Amino acid sequence: MTRSVFNPVVARADFPILDRTVNGRPLNYLDAAATSQKPRAVLDAERDYYENANAAVNRGAHTLAGEATDLFEDARARVARYLGAGERELVWTANATEAINLVAYAIGNATLGRGGAAAERFRIAEGDEIVVTEAEHHANLIPWQELAVRTGAVLRPIRVHDDGRIDLDHAAELIGARTRVVAFAHVSNVLGIVNPVEHLTRLAHEAGALVVLDACQSAPNLPVDLGALGVDFAAVSGHKMLAPTGIGALYGRAELLDALPPFLTGGSMITRVTLESAEYLPAPQRFEPGTQRIAQAIGWAAACDWMDEHGRAEIADWERGLGQRMLRGLGEIPGIRVLGLGDDASERIGLAAFDVEGVHAHDSGQFLDDRGIAVRVGHHCAQPLHRRFGLTATTRASVSPFTTAGEIDDLLEAVAGIRPFFGVSA
Amino acid sequence: MSGLEALYQQLILDHSKTPHGRGFAGEKAASEGESHQYNPVCGDEVTVRVTLDADGTHLAGLRWEGHGCTISQASASMFAALIDEDAPVELGDLQSRIDRFREVLRSRGTLTLDEEEFGDIAALSGVSKYSQRVKCAMLAWVATEAAVAEASGTATAHESH
Repeated sequence: MTRSVFNPVVARADFPILDRTVNGRPLNYLDAAATSQKPRAVLDAERDYYENANAAVNRGAHTLAGEATDLFEDARARVARYLGAGERELVWTANATEAINLVAYAIGNATLGRGGAAAERFRIAEGDEIVVTEAEHHANLIPWQELAVRTGAVLRPIRVHDDGRIDLDHAAELIGARTRVVAFAHVSNVLGIVNPVEHLTRLAHEAGALVVLDACQSAPNLPVDLGALGVDFAAVSGHKMLAPTGIGALYGRAELLDALPPFLTGGSMITRVTLESAEYLPAPQRFEPGTQRIAQAIGWAAACDWMDEHGRAEIADWERGLGQRMLRGLGEIPGIRVLGLGDDASERIGLAAFDVEGVHAHDSGQFLDDRGIAVRVGHHCAQPLHRRFGLTATTRASVSPFTTAGEIDDLLEAVAGIRPFFGVSA
Repeated sequence: MSGLEALYQQLILDHSKTPHGRGFAGEKAASEGESHQYNPVCGDEVTVRVTLDADGTHLAGLRWEGHGCTISQASASMFAALIDEDAPVELGDLQSRIDRFREVLRSRGTLTLDEEEFGDIAALSGVSKYSQRVKCAMLAWVATEAAVAEASGTATAHESH
């Protein structure tokens, strides 16, 4: 068994959902990349807020309104610190998808002349280029397709190698004088490989392009310092990192957020409003119209506390070890093909998407579910990537801080039984 | 029988492996109706092509093509076998069978398909306990509804799944 300072068995006691059974078996939850389970501290933080301080934030003069606003802004500072962002560099959104759409639509608005001289740097001219990779989650692809259509820009996807690594030669070829935005995932939600963010960011910045990073799969599993990475914008998802659903965040370098025109508009993001027009607050409030996700933000801060108490780097090590155990084991099962093995130097998170030869992913998932094992099946919102590998769907297992080595072994034993059950192995 | 064995009965695995009524002889004829149904969640696809009798009141033949999970492919195969056995099937009877199939599949395990009426297809009753698989089993049936509507030149709108 892998040795580590971090002990998942201790951590398990904090996750109430692990007490339940599925089809008569203890729940073996290997779908953290879709959404994480929540430790009791996160649920308690939400409940405590609703029971003791619930009020609308940033308005009203009563005591609760003040307390709720303080808790909400403290939560922002906490999550920002956890991600290596300044407090004014973190915008709450509904989810990571909205965060990426926020950037794409705000750039579109700047292109239409909104935001004045300060926003000129974001403008896209016809024939300019937006670079993505063919490994992107639909959430980091379709907003850019739409922006390209609206602005007359050309979308240029960087290829990935057969082993799942981004083709950096192709990236160097594509990123050039016409490139305005380079958008890519820190870690693909299918391949699990940690991409060379600094390298791609350097290429983009040398070309004068903005970098938009999808950090949804890295922030939950690795110590991530967005400021140190040097990216311009990044999207993160709360519910994938032990926090409640309904909240995500956009990171943006302060000078960029302050220059970016708004996306969604309405109450709470303005200074002065007339019947004809409005003036806007600086970031982050400029991007947060309407009543915010207060309890979710507070829950997210509690999730960061939980991770830090248990040791973020130690958890990352533990999960990496589980990932290696999973890859080794899957590699020994006939008919299993893992996507994105990378090369010897590739760093991976504890995630593996695989094809079971002769068995549809939906059937594999059903077989595993019967044994209490929860995995994701389908295209994982990455159809172009699956097509590139000649597949329509795969089965994906992804670990949590509470995942034990025994649970990985149970997965491997079950996966070995899939093809015999469906009668496809010789 | 475990839940899994009830879902994947041998009959279902057999139909999935050696499907009935699968493959088209050539291009679709003008008199035939066709519908392609796709489940974006898992990528299952089924295309059904139907032939009506001369007066357009009966389903005379059904062929299909597709790929996907065991349930979606076995359901298409079993449905094609049933139509083969019973053809020509009066369109009203066809619709009531499709309606009954849908009702049972959506019943969350509370209803079962009658073996007298549905033959082998009754083995798909187990799918109704797995709400995330109902769409798989319905694909060929929904495609048939749409294909028949096209062939009879009537309704273009149909209920999906």
